[in-house]
Amino acid sequence: MTVQAFDLAERLQTPVIIMSDLDLGMNDWMSPPLEWDDNYRMDRGKVLDAGALDKVEKWGRYLDVDGDGICYRTLPGTHPDKGAYFTRGSSKNEMAVYSESGDDYVQNVDRLLRKFETAKSYVPAPKTHPPIAVETPQTTLKLGALFFGTSASPAYEAVEMLAEEGFSIDTMRIRAFPFHESVDQFIHDHDLVFVIEQNRDGQMRRLIINECEIPPGKLTPVLNYSGTPITARKIAGNIREALSAKSADVVPLHPETA
Amino acid sequence: MSYIKPKFRHPGLPRNALGITVADYDGAISTLCAGCGHDSISAAIRNACFLSSIPPHRIAKLSGIGCSSKMPTYFLGKSHGFNSVHGRMPSVATGASLANRELIYIGVSGDGDTASIGMGQFIHLIRRNVNMTYIVANNGCYGLTKGQDSATADLGSVSKYGDVNPFDGIDLASLALLQGASFVARSFSGDKEQLEPLIRAAMAHNGFAFIDVVSPCVTFNNHVGSTKSYAYTREHLDAMPLDYVPMCEEIRTQYEAGTSRGVTLHDGSVIQLHKASADYQTDDRNAAMLAVQEAHDEGRILTGLLFLDPNTGDLNQNLKLASKPLNALSTDELCPGSKVLNSINQGLR
Repeated sequence: MTVQAFDLAERLQTPVIIMSDLDLGMNDWMSPPLEWDDNYRMDRGKVLDAGALDKVEKWGRYLDVDGDGICYRTLPGTHPDKGAYFTRGSSKNEMAVYSESGDDYVQNVDRLLRKFETAKSYVPAPKTHPPIAVETPQTTLKLGALFFGTSASPAYEAVEMLAEEGFSIDTMRIRAFPFHESVDQFIHDHDLVFVIEQNRDGQMRRLIINECEIPPGKLTPVLNYSGTPITARKIAGNIREALSAKSADVVPLHPETA
Repeated sequence: MSYIKPKFRHPGLPRNALGITVADYDGAISTLCAGCGHDSISAAIRNACFLSSIPPHRIAKLSGIGCSSKMPTYFLGKSHGFNSVHGRMPSVATGASLANRELIYIGVSGDGDTASIGMGQFIHLIRRNVNMTYIVANNGCYGLTKGQDSATADLGSVSKYGDVNPFDGIDLASLALLQGASFVARSFSGDKEQLEPLIRAAMAHNGFAFIDVVSPCVTFNNHVGSTKSYAYTREHLDAMPLDYVPMCEEIRTQYEAGTSRGVTLHDGSVIQLHKASADYQTDDRNAAMLAVQEAHDEGRILTGLLFLDPNTGDLNQNLKLASKPLNALSTDELCPGSKVLNSINQGLR
């Protein structure tokens, strides 16, 4: 994932933040041995060297020649008299020259929007699994669940529990922001989607509502913010509640694990 | 004020060892106030790079936010520039220096950018001894936001609006000395004879070189009662004159015995300390701190080379990084491959 993050950072010319969570960071986890593909080659993105600068007809640091919002860059010290530019805030034109023109500003921020759209197809795609077959379905609704980080394992367990009770739930583990294009499609393919996360405000749900322009009622929050990791029982319980279904035979043992 | 910078240059302009003129080190026309000390610093940086015959494309200039940080646009138009987030230039400079240790890095900052919002970054830049020249254009006020007192404004200094500053100013040179900077100097934007050789020496120094430059703000801090005005600075200046002689040039000027003393940098170039400063010991950090403090107590602004450790190891050396720039390493040089990873995995079983 770190290797992929570096490649993405160079390709998109932006910092990439790898996110962890408290459960993942503070506890010991088993992991399969790390592997390395000797055929892997680094993606340095759109970087022009001295030879390329001599060949190119017109180069501007923020000139979007490919239409994907990502422009060609140079490394400092590459060429004696070509390729140097000044990196500054938003007051610039396509040629990286200082500008306070409104048109230049609009052109620049619109290009960043194009880059944001481009990034959606570059970031790691979400993980999905085939749904668990249900013998006697208890609902005609198409159900889905979205989650990320360490909420994933208890979410998969909860889905298995609910499948035994007649509720088939498709799952999707989100792995990146901006959201991969398939996140939109997953939500549109389902009647009701549970967003499982571990914070009071349902921040991921709100992010999805804003980014994917989803009506809030379609996304049901399943939250845990007690300070202990979310459990499968908690998830299954909240989903049952939302579906007005009764528990099969689960007896709460302790308030914290119920 | 004219907004057109004439491109005409006298055909007989002197050329440096690279065969180029000082005009090749020019930047865009300045938009700072006419008479701003910062423009004199820009000119000093331009002249220093010209005199030291540094290829413009091998220099990277960095800054933060503020009047001071606008400066890099106004010199070295053929060099790479980076106008970073406010007070965060040290992070960018550290990264750049680690990515390519062969470039020359000039950081320009201000008293707000360094002594307030960027103080944490500045301290760590010194501690890490990043190989760069860091110039603070110090005017004691926030010129970009109508002249409020900055953290380096002296106790008792009167603002343009008549308020007396009730706080002690932060002395960045003392701070740099205390934190272990390997090159510490102070100068005045109106003292070109001292500032230019200081900048040349700072660029030749291998490690973090800090120059605090008193640079009056003509619009908001150049009145009676200000301790950073042109008049006050000239009146209280205690300048230690010096020359810079690069390694490739022989010392032609003859100095009278006892009136001059040479300090040799790691690359063989020499800083000649003259007259009043000939007795000053640039290799004694404690003495430097005392000298700055005594001058402050007596109301003098001591300028010149305050401290130099020519044999210090910069960040790249301390981290034992490859001698080749990291951004020029190939995949084979960077990646040890699956065999090494497998042996690490075996070691964890």
